[in-house]
Amino acid sequence: MSVDAATVRKVASLARIAVTDAEAEALVPEFNNILGWIDQLAAVDTDGIEPLAAVIPNHLRLRDDVVTDGNVRDKVLANAPEAQHGFFAVPKVIE
Amino acid sequence: MTDKSLTDLGIAAIRDGVKAGAFTAREVAEAHVAAVADARALNAFLVETPDRALAAADAADADRAAGTLKPLSGVPLGIKDLFCTEGVETTAASGILKGFTPTYESTITAKLFAAGAGMLGKLNLDQFAMGSSNETSAFGNVISPWRRGDGGNAPMAPGGSSGGSSAAVAARLCPGATGTDTGGSIRQPAAFTGIAGIKPTYGRCSRWGVIAFASSLDQAGPMARDVRDCAIMLEAMAGFDAKDATSLDLPVPHWEANLSGDLKGKRVGVPAEYRVDGMPAEIEALWRRGEEYLRDAGAEIVPVSLPHTAHALPTYYIIAPAEASSNLARYDGVRYGLRDLPDGANLQEMYAATRAAGFGAEVRRRIMIGTYVLSAGFYDAYYTKAQKVRALIARDFERAFGACDVILTPTAPSAAFALGEKMADPLAMYLNDVFTVPSSLAGLPAMSVPAGLDGQGLPLGLQIIGRPFDEQGVLNAGLAIEQRAGFVARPEKWW
Repeated sequence: MSVDAATVRKVASLARIAVTDAEAEALVPEFNNILGWIDQLAAVDTDGIEPLAAVIPNHLRLRDDVVTDGNVRDKVLANAPEAQHGFFAVPKVIE
Repeated sequence: MTDKSLTDLGIAAIRDGVKAGAFTAREVAEAHVAAVADARALNAFLVETPDRALAAADAADADRAAGTLKPLSGVPLGIKDLFCTEGVETTAASGILKGFTPTYESTITAKLFAAGAGMLGKLNLDQFAMGSSNETSAFGNVISPWRRGDGGNAPMAPGGSSGGSSAAVAARLCPGATGTDTGGSIRQPAAFTGIAGIKPTYGRCSRWGVIAFASSLDQAGPMARDVRDCAIMLEAMAGFDAKDATSLDLPVPHWEANLSGDLKGKRVGVPAEYRVDGMPAEIEALWRRGEEYLRDAGAEIVPVSLPHTAHALPTYYIIAPAEASSNLARYDGVRYGLRDLPDGANLQEMYAATRAAGFGAEVRRRIMIGTYVLSAGFYDAYYTKAQKVRALIARDFERAFGACDVILTPTAPSAAFALGEKMADPLAMYLNDVFTVPSSLAGLPAMSVPAGLDGQGLPLGLQIIGRPFDEQGVLNAGLAIEQRAGFVARPEKWW
């Protein structure tokens, strides 16, 4: 499969990464080079094979439904670029 | 003992020497703090924490006086800057985390410190551990302490992503360092710098507090100058952690006490598929020498087949970017790290501007590739397909381990290259991991041990891959190689 600049811009938008038109153009051959290379997997016979989700046999554990953490608001906010009144602050979302 | 010889000591020698009173932990820490400060030309450390190293040393000396020495008392370590350290800036070598100072400690570093180890500082790496040469760090390349024997003094790559760790251990700035390995990021840099490093079975070391790259692959491990030191450090790092859903609930074996280079009755598999086109003759020769070492240790060499080896790299370069695109979604300019808010921008524009400004080119590339392979209409063709091929790769190993106990391969297809030599072509860079990625995809324990030098005088490593949970078999085969390879070369100090 090959991509064009419009696809690159769409992917960048999905990934929330700003790209200029020139950057999108430059990424087209890079993307196609990498995607062309990974396309070789299409030739591998995987009929009847289950996709591998966990590499090492392990079971998901259950634990008691109790609070184990919390009451650390100031620690959570300590690295925020902008925190106000005990909250993360962002540009206005609702008009 | 002079300060200089203290930095030549490994983890076991420091531990034993402090215990015996041959020197104090304070003397050891001071010698290493000085070595770190004297080696800034290597750019291995992003943050130096001499106070932390000295405080741990004083605690170790007090513990000796009180008779309460711990397993790593007096051992100063370097910590890869992917491990969150409370109160010490942690950036994953990315601009997007500049200034991030964790309010909590990763499980691994907490365990190491509780075992008595000190911290010399935070080690440089490829940005978010994405790279094989340490050239994607936002804070500059790490320069390997090694140089080619051609007198040209070209700065060499220390490997990646744990390039600060490998350079620091090889340059005798610290006797051991933490690394993380997603597709070879402990083993390849260890091979490039003539040191040892082990990636344990997936789940042995807690991922809690380790900045995530590709969660189904990420695994921490030790990097040190020999196999015994790796075993000691791994024992302190491993163990069940309820805070990591994929943590293995198994006791930690006594890897150091059970070290043995006697491989009588063991079978060592040699996979034909690892003989790749264009592999230098000296790598091939090293591999054959490795077989001889292991045969000499009592093992039988058997041919094995891993038929899906050639598909491992493209599989990895679907799965790892897909998981990265998901993991790195958290860097949004809201909760921590960089915020880029252009005048009048709305929330969505702030996200996009922040991520464009904060992530380096390789990180952006991998996030976008991952976003593409996970996007509607392509998910099955790429991601599901890759997870199926991953199952085949894991099955290859399972079958091979029916005929052998460990597998022997070269660690990397070449010796270290000069900085800049491979940056222009991402695919050429990815090929560095051709021998390390398959075992990562299968979650298997694997280690690199230094085994020789190439014609330019640069180190070459051999890789041992083991069955799930059989770190002991891997360490023992590594030890058998180490005992016979007689690798004593070290970089000559120029920095």
